[in-house]
Amino acid sequence: MAMNYNAKDEVDGGPPCAPGGTAKNRRPDNTAFKQQRLPAWQPILTAGTVLPTFFIIGLIFIPIGIGIFVTSNNIREIEGNVFMYYGLSNFYQNHRRYVKSRDDSQLNGDPSALLNPSKECEPYRRNEDKPIAPCGAIANSMFNDTLDLFLVGNESDPTPIPLKKKGIAWWTDKNVKFRNPPGADIPLEERFKGTTKPVNWVKPVYMLDPDEDNSGFINEDFIVWMRTAALPTFRKLYRLIERKNDLHPTLPAGRYYLNITYNYPVHSFDGRKRMILSTISWMGGKNPFLGIAYIAIGSISFLLGVVLLVINHKYRNSSNTADITI
Amino acid sequence: MDCSLVRTLVHRYCAGEEECVDSRTVYVGHREPPPGAEAYIPQRCPDNRIVSSKYTFWNFIPKNLFEQFRRIANFYFLIIFLVQLIIDTPTSPVTSGLPLFFVITVTAIKQGYEDWLRHKADSAVNQCPVHFVQHGRLVRKQSRKLRVGDIVMVKEDETFPCDLIFLSSSRVDGTCHVTTASLDGESSHKTHYAVQDTKGFHTEEDMDSLHATIECEQPQPDLYRFVGRINVYSDLNDPVVRPLGSENLLLRGATLKNTEKIFGVAIYTGMETKMALNYQSKSQKRSAVEKSMNVFLIVYLCILISKALINTVMKYVWQSEPFRDEPWYNQKTEAERQRNLFLRAFTDFLAFMVLFNYIIPVSMYVTVEMQKFLGSYFITWDEEMFDEETGEGPLVNTSDLNEELGQVEYVFTDKTGTLTENNMEFKECCVEGHVYVPHAICNGQVLPAAAAIDMIDASPGAGGREREELFFRAVCLCHTIQVKDGDEADGPRKSPDSGRRCVYISASPDEVALVEGVQRELTPRDIKQLPQSHTARKRLGFTYLRLKDNYMELQNRGNDIERFELLEILSFDSVRRRMSVIVKSATGEIYLFCKGADSSIFPRVIEGKVDQIRSRVERNAVEGLRTLCVAYKRLIQEEYEGICKLLQAAKVALQDRERKLAEAYEQIEKDLILLGATAVEDRLQEKAADTIEALQKAGIKVWVLTGDKMETAAAACYACKLFRRNTQLLEVTTKRLEEQSLHDVLFELSKTILHCGASLTRDNFSGLSADTQDYGLIIDGAALSLIMKPREDGSSSSYRELFLDICRNCSAVLCCRMAPLQKAQIVKLIKFSKERPITLAIGDGANDVSMILEAHVGIGIVGKEGRQAARNSDYAIPKFKHLKKMLLVHGHFYYIRISELVQYFFYKNVCFIFPQFLYQFFCGFSQQTLYDTAYLTLYNISFTSLPVLLYSLMEQHVAMDTLKRDPALYRDIAKNALLRWRVFIYWTFLGVFDALVFFFGAYFMFENTTVTSNGQMFGNWTFGTLVFTVMVFTVTLKLALDTHYWTWINHVVIWGSLLFYVVFSLLWGGIIWPFLNYQRMYYVFIQMLSSGPAWLAIVLLVVVSLLPDVLKKVLCRQLWPSATEKVQTACLVSGPPLGSHPLASL
Repeated sequence: MAMNYNAKDEVDGGPPCAPGGTAKNRRPDNTAFKQQRLPAWQPILTAGTVLPTFFIIGLIFIPIGIGIFVTSNNIREIEGNVFMYYGLSNFYQNHRRYVKSRDDSQLNGDPSALLNPSKECEPYRRNEDKPIAPCGAIANSMFNDTLDLFLVGNESDPTPIPLKKKGIAWWTDKNVKFRNPPGADIPLEERFKGTTKPVNWVKPVYMLDPDEDNSGFINEDFIVWMRTAALPTFRKLYRLIERKNDLHPTLPAGRYYLNITYNYPVHSFDGRKRMILSTISWMGGKNPFLGIAYIAIGSISFLLGVVLLVINHKYRNSSNTADITI
Repeated sequence: MDCSLVRTLVHRYCAGEEECVDSRTVYVGHREPPPGAEAYIPQRCPDNRIVSSKYTFWNFIPKNLFEQFRRIANFYFLIIFLVQLIIDTPTSPVTSGLPLFFVITVTAIKQGYEDWLRHKADSAVNQCPVHFVQHGRLVRKQSRKLRVGDIVMVKEDETFPCDLIFLSSSRVDGTCHVTTASLDGESSHKTHYAVQDTKGFHTEEDMDSLHATIECEQPQPDLYRFVGRINVYSDLNDPVVRPLGSENLLLRGATLKNTEKIFGVAIYTGMETKMALNYQSKSQKRSAVEKSMNVFLIVYLCILISKALINTVMKYVWQSEPFRDEPWYNQKTEAERQRNLFLRAFTDFLAFMVLFNYIIPVSMYVTVEMQKFLGSYFITWDEEMFDEETGEGPLVNTSDLNEELGQVEYVFTDKTGTLTENNMEFKECCVEGHVYVPHAICNGQVLPAAAAIDMIDASPGAGGREREELFFRAVCLCHTIQVKDGDEADGPRKSPDSGRRCVYISASPDEVALVEGVQRELTPRDIKQLPQSHTARKRLGFTYLRLKDNYMELQNRGNDIERFELLEILSFDSVRRRMSVIVKSATGEIYLFCKGADSSIFPRVIEGKVDQIRSRVERNAVEGLRTLCVAYKRLIQEEYEGICKLLQAAKVALQDRERKLAEAYEQIEKDLILLGATAVEDRLQEKAADTIEALQKAGIKVWVLTGDKMETAAAACYACKLFRRNTQLLEVTTKRLEEQSLHDVLFELSKTILHCGASLTRDNFSGLSADTQDYGLIIDGAALSLIMKPREDGSSSSYRELFLDICRNCSAVLCCRMAPLQKAQIVKLIKFSKERPITLAIGDGANDVSMILEAHVGIGIVGKEGRQAARNSDYAIPKFKHLKKMLLVHGHFYYIRISELVQYFFYKNVCFIFPQFLYQFFCGFSQQTLYDTAYLTLYNISFTSLPVLLYSLMEQHVAMDTLKRDPALYRDIAKNALLRWRVFIYWTFLGVFDALVFFFGAYFMFENTTVTSNGQMFGNWTFGTLVFTVMVFTVTLKLALDTHYWTWINHVVIWGSLLFYVVFSLLWGGIIWPFLNYQRMYYVFIQMLSSGPAWLAIVLLVVVSLLPDVLKKVLCRQLWPSATEKVQTACLVSGPPLGSHPLASL
């Protein structure tokens, strides 16, 4: 690259062997690129060009915002599928020491990583000379309260609401990213042979669920927990309450009773637990932020458009040159 | 250079034993001098190996790495990288190691390749066969085996293998011709002379019998200076001592021409040759942009350190409650617990530094370098700056200063050859008061007698006729012209109407013009009425034919050939400003002819029609003609012998030879008789006036620095509109200083200026407004040296300050009678004045080199006086008029391009890093990164690098023609306007604002809710990816908003780089990557895109981030438009000629 660049060569100073009498015609090519005359669109941000943009932004954003806002506010009506979340606050799942304390190879069913987990899992890597499966702080601190929802009907004995455990984790996580150790025919327990359960767990990983498709590393509660939250106050999907038929609401009006098996300590770090029931629209759960932001920005944009229009009008009259266009 | 260091060390080491280290002694043919002679201690000299390469195969890697890490930026990145390796850091060492490795490798490969080419060139040179004389026979050896003292034979068209003392030539007169095209670019043939006493040694056997020693100075880089002495021992007599000068020295790199073969003895070899010494690199010039970039870097380094400090302190405050430091779910390892608190705090600080280090990106350096390197091609490619006549285009010798061309405040220009063509045309001569003009001029028109005769007394009588002929002979003889035979007429000038086609070659174009002028038919104006076609008047002029065997031959009016023996040449120098020859006519009369500037001739004249000639000279000077006076003196034999002795003594002197010679010349050139004067016109270069006018309108002050006399220079200044009719001229000249003291003159002038020009503000004096009086200052060299001289009482600066004050208020300054060094002094004076203006020096000759090197930007004109100026310059252009496009168009473009590049780079890295900083407040100050490693690494390398690089190569905010038409636009960017603190802070705050929008936008989106339609939750990596996506789009679109010139390439690169980001993210998250120990990004990007609110948020946040900048732009344009913006809008109204449609460029 540097070599066909005459001037540079001279600076670098290799003494030329032959006398440099280049009598060639060094006339540069007359191409649009070399002469910097490529055809080009030359836009300029003037009030004239920007004004319509502001109005258009206003006109588009305000309806979108209103739409989002309305959708978001309608969410409280318990119709359609209902999603049950548990929430924790003041829990730093995004702490660096915590985030990295996992072994993705182990979770992907890699046999060598199963028995020899990554160093990142320290101090939750080995217990009593046995490798921990699943290793690391995230797995060790898995949320283990159980929540059961009952509808208190007219009779005294409450009817339990059926809660679906499957479908709460990302499909790709459940089917690709998380895998049990290999061996299709061998029972799950055998596949985890040589490992020990995380210190804080009551049951080993292969006994998380009687259903083998939801046990071991591919237990969906486990997978959900393993996706570390972005902020210290977070919620995680716990169960789905499916709508049975179109005639009845999923959760009809009435008194409900929540049974919590309290295992998970949060007082020590000043934390709080929550349970959230929510329906979901096309844009997710209830969140007024987006709607309000759209309305606000749309209005500001519209307002700026008006202000600019005024300024434009005023200054067009005062300036003698025709430097403003609409 | 290394070898110079070695040399000084060697000298220091040897100094104890050897006293005489400032000269060296060479035994010709390695023969010891006869025992009687002085004993010299032989010195060790290097062999003839040329080493221009920096590295060897073995030391390449360590030495190159060392060189590269000597750059502060590289060193900083290395430290960051090492810190990442040593401590437990949030980001993998790859993120900073990979870019650094890439940069270092690319640079190393480039330098290695260049060095390999140098090795190849070196070995080709070192292995060239050379003919040696050894024991009376010719031997062929490789060039590198040549040693000092070897006798070498060189044939025609071969280059000299080392610096040789010219012993003998195949030509009878002991001369040879060489060209130094590859040394200084001058293609004219130069004559060198063999040593008198050895020129009879024509064969190898003769050479073998030569017994001589040479004493000469130690190697020096000056190509045109050499002092030495040769002692030739013959069998019986005392040794003969002869002086050696640069005319006896044949330089390595020069080529032998027109001579069959020569013998020479090597005196400087290898790296000690003058050519090798001249290849030392020039001192680095740094541009103003680079300086402000470095200041900004320091600011960002401070920001970086303070960010890291704040976070470290916050971390320990926050952690003071143990349940936060180590909650039950997130325990530390035992080793971590036991670590010392201060050590922990320090590693935390380093970790934060590493986390935020991307705020100073490696890629900025790479991009800036690439922008400069690639961008400079546009100068060399520019067709408008290509000169058909000479076949030369612009040259870029350094690309580091491109943007400096847009910042020039002072232009210092040479006159001859720069403003003027240096294409001399003989206009007239004045002999004894009679004016002669070339016949060709009179021929066409019949001058009325009354107009012609305005200063003639009478028709020349017999004595007058004799004087007239003497004058013509003087002009024909007093020069250093060589004649080149017509058959190889590739020289620049052909004598138009001589019978024989022959070409005169000379270092000074004036001489050629004169000699050609007098050979033409001359018509005395006062005898105009005589019949024109008189056969006897066919050849009125004198024609110089040639110099043969020390006899100058010339053809006189009667077509007879006169021969004069050339006895001495007292060559021209710029201090004496005259030259002389001593010749002996056929009749045995000895004449001294002297030719020189009027000021140097008149004081030495004792006879002649001084007053008439002086008035004619002054008149011609006012018309802008270059005048020379011719005088003579007749010498008697005794006088001549005295002169000879005087000269010989001076020439042989080893020390102070120049001073002694000057003294001798001073003694010889006196008591002259004035013959007449000549006038030569040097026409202005085309469009010189237009260019100067444009530069002045652009707010650039133009100073003319010339060695010429005041009247000529002033006339040229008027001609090129530097001075106008209404310009009031202020003079600080020697003449005036004879009447008044410098103090009075300066104070009077400053009073005049400050009094009258009270309304004259600093920015408003370029002569645009007609009502304000503008001033022009003329100062000459002598007055300048008085001003520069420190006063006795030590207050050296007061005159300078006063002088600078006066200069600042003058629209134009003319400095005449300047020595080369004074030119540099003036440049330096302005360069270091209070305002530290950016200076540009432009010149074409060797005498401009010093100012070209001194100024911030040095521009050389590829002119007639060789290529020295072009070689030492930063940029070389063929003509002065090209300066206009160079500054107003290229300079302007480069400046806006690079300033946007610099600001944008800082901006986009604030956008990049500030969210990371904010995130620390939400993750317990644990140095958790917001973005994935791949994003951290590639953000600066690939996602956002190409659009800004392309912008910085292609952007044209105003059309090229508009910039040329309206030079005032140049003022909009004066004083580094786009890199001022205000602008820098604006960009930084814009970056901070955008970062806040990205981060908190994503924060409120994610806060405690779900954003998917299936109820599933996103984690921290999705959060970071959302911020990152918004950021990449915002940052790229911000550049798109700044782009005023959308070619199809811009479209491809801007949209392409966004597309690349999306495709890369899809791919990066679409696969379980083997060999990676984490899969945190798996499907994160795709899942994010499957969520409607994420799309809405991206659109919203991008709009919000861009809104304030757009608003600021529109309001500024509307309310306080700059000149550039007005022009832009005006262009928009009138409608650009092509490509107005958005898709036109596609």
